[in-house]
Amino acid sequence: MKKISGNKLLVKALREEGVDIMFGYPGACTIDISDEIYKQDYTKVVLPRHEQALVHAADAYARSTGKVGVCLVTSGPGATNLVTGLATANYDSVPLVCFTGQVARHLIGNDAFQEVDIVGITRSITKYGVTVKDREDLGRIIKEAFYIARTGRPGPVLVDLPKDVMAELGSAEYPDTVNIRGYKPSTTAHIGQLKRAIKMLNKAERPLFLAGGGVNIARANDSFKKLVEITGVPVVTTIMGRGAIPTDHPLFIGNLGMHGAYASNMAVGECDLLFSIGTRFNDRITGKLHAFAPNAQIVHIDIDTASISRNIKVDVPIVADAKEAIDKLLEYVEPCNTAKWMDEIGVWKHMYPLKMKPKKGVMQAQDILETLNEVFKDDEKIVVTDVGQHQMFTSQYLEVNEKTRMFMSGGLGTMGYGFPGAVGAQIGNPDSTVIAISGDGGMQMNIQEFATAVLEELPLILCVFNNTYLGMVRQWQKLFYGKRYSMTDLRSGAATRRGEEKPPTYTPDFVKLAESYGAKGIRVTKPEEMAPAFEQAKKNRALKVPTLIEFMLDPEDQVYPMVQPGGTLEEMILD
Amino acid sequence: MDNTMRKRWISLYVENQVGVLSKISGLFSAKCYNLESLTVGTTEDPTISRMTIETISDEETYEQIKKQLNRMVDVIKVIDFTEISVVMQELMFIKVKNCSKEDKAELFRIAQTYQAKVRDYGHDSLLLEFVHTAHKNTAIIQYLKSEFKTIEVVRGGTVGIEAITMPKR
Repeated sequence: MKKISGNKLLVKALREEGVDIMFGYPGACTIDISDEIYKQDYTKVVLPRHEQALVHAADAYARSTGKVGVCLVTSGPGATNLVTGLATANYDSVPLVCFTGQVARHLIGNDAFQEVDIVGITRSITKYGVTVKDREDLGRIIKEAFYIARTGRPGPVLVDLPKDVMAELGSAEYPDTVNIRGYKPSTTAHIGQLKRAIKMLNKAERPLFLAGGGVNIARANDSFKKLVEITGVPVVTTIMGRGAIPTDHPLFIGNLGMHGAYASNMAVGECDLLFSIGTRFNDRITGKLHAFAPNAQIVHIDIDTASISRNIKVDVPIVADAKEAIDKLLEYVEPCNTAKWMDEIGVWKHMYPLKMKPKKGVMQAQDILETLNEVFKDDEKIVVTDVGQHQMFTSQYLEVNEKTRMFMSGGLGTMGYGFPGAVGAQIGNPDSTVIAISGDGGMQMNIQEFATAVLEELPLILCVFNNTYLGMVRQWQKLFYGKRYSMTDLRSGAATRRGEEKPPTYTPDFVKLAESYGAKGIRVTKPEEMAPAFEQAKKNRALKVPTLIEFMLDPEDQVYPMVQPGGTLEEMILD
Repeated sequence: MDNTMRKRWISLYVENQVGVLSKISGLFSAKCYNLESLTVGTTEDPTISRMTIETISDEETYEQIKKQLNRMVDVIKVIDFTEISVVMQELMFIKVKNCSKEDKAELFRIAQTYQAKVRDYGHDSLLLEFVHTAHKNTAIIQYLKSEFKTIEVVRGGTVGIEAITMPKR
């Protein structure tokens, strides 16, 4: 077989892996790869304006398509700018393959220009990372990278490519199969354990399903809905699991955790069997650990053995893919008698429904999200959020169903995820309505992506919940820090430091900023302007430009209920 | 469940590749697991290295350690040495300095008692080699420290292998 360069083999590998979209940013160490990309037309390259936005875009592309997201960045700063995005993807189990340029082998370790040990830096935030030291290993390593990223518990894989290895001529072969002796993920559930779990389900008087992000990642939603409907067992979800069954389903109670619904948190406290699938019992959902689900036996299905019995000790551990396990359960489950238990839950729901205290004539987050639910109810849509109060409001009030999917940085809580995430989701789903919801803080962490969105002709709807503060931190300061709003006022600066008045206007003017990029901008200050703004944004989609809608909100609005950090779930601050 | 903190041992088969040692030790530091000792060397198959790890932990943490190691791509096999019959030994050198003649005579007697080899010899110092369990080596250090003014110690860390017949630690 004719020998080819490593650069050519990489491009060939991308084609064989079906990578038709790659998120890339060039540099000295990857310029030869860029050149090979130029010579072919299978893999299209999207050029975000910052590598952090790039990896978030690839992340949301992967979450929303189920494919592996692929990144190509240069060595040194190009590679280090991936770090936050890799950690984000790692915590939320997102399959990525990130290629980083590296200086030539003889320069490694010499503090060469744009040299960093990126495999070392990212060791604890990737599923796997490797530097290709030998040209003849290149094909195998790329093949393995894709395999490791998408199988088992998905995650990001980093492949570091020294420039001289990529220039070297070598085998043109790209392998068809993978055999990694230390990596054989199993997905099939142990049938004996499943039967034990079912026996407990049948005996329980107050059983409860807890669905995490694993159910959504495994695309087990239809199967899970069947399981819930056959058994009649009610459901709570983590924010990553929201949509595991449609949120308007009568057996759905709400999210649990720090900003969960009152009835959900009470149900967790009172249930006698917690049947959990695809969650790692993060501290944000458990509250005080030893007081979590104190009356319950716990069943836990998870693809990752290390997530089982780590935070919460479980009675029946089942290592399996969520979909495979649920499909197997469907062969055996029977209806449970939950009528009395549902009545109890109904009382909690009725006592403290999830609801913001209405303020006459004043627009609140709940109103915006309910308007969004209404205006876009017939759209196939994807909602991507940033991190903060707006994210929690969205996780509470967005209807998630067969037509709607919601993505956010749940585990790492990465501000700046929302906008580039929406870019990636829209690129992967050109026919869906893609809506980003950000705060005024997070929006500015990747604001440069307007350029990408406009040039890629993405008809995004970008909602900015502007309360002129870093709202979630402010909320803690208001509740627990004597209203000392340290570092959270986005209008503070030299003037306030001198003791003068705050600047009368907010910086930047988001509407003008959008327009400067060639996008549309609408400012909404009154409740009656919400629906027309959404309708206008919907119409603008035909123009293939993004529309930013800035909603001016009261900084005093708080996300409730709230479990105090370190408190127990049942002790919620309700208003 | 056994929640007491105690010594536990793991034997690991890993890919013999650059960076694997730092991945394993990095896992211990990142997750705040105790790492008493870690030894590594290649096996009869040059593509595979074998590690012996000694850790002090409670049962719950220990289970996590094994799971976390198992899910690493470079780890081929995890064997728990805590409850099975194994042969485990540690190589240790002790150099005793500033010795008098009497000290040296005493050290020869000590060497005989502890089955140590006298590896080197100078006019005021002696180099001893011990191969024992880590536990016993620690005891020997304590003793020599109390008896002699200046000692210099280097320990190899425990290496272990499954026993064929008789258990020995």
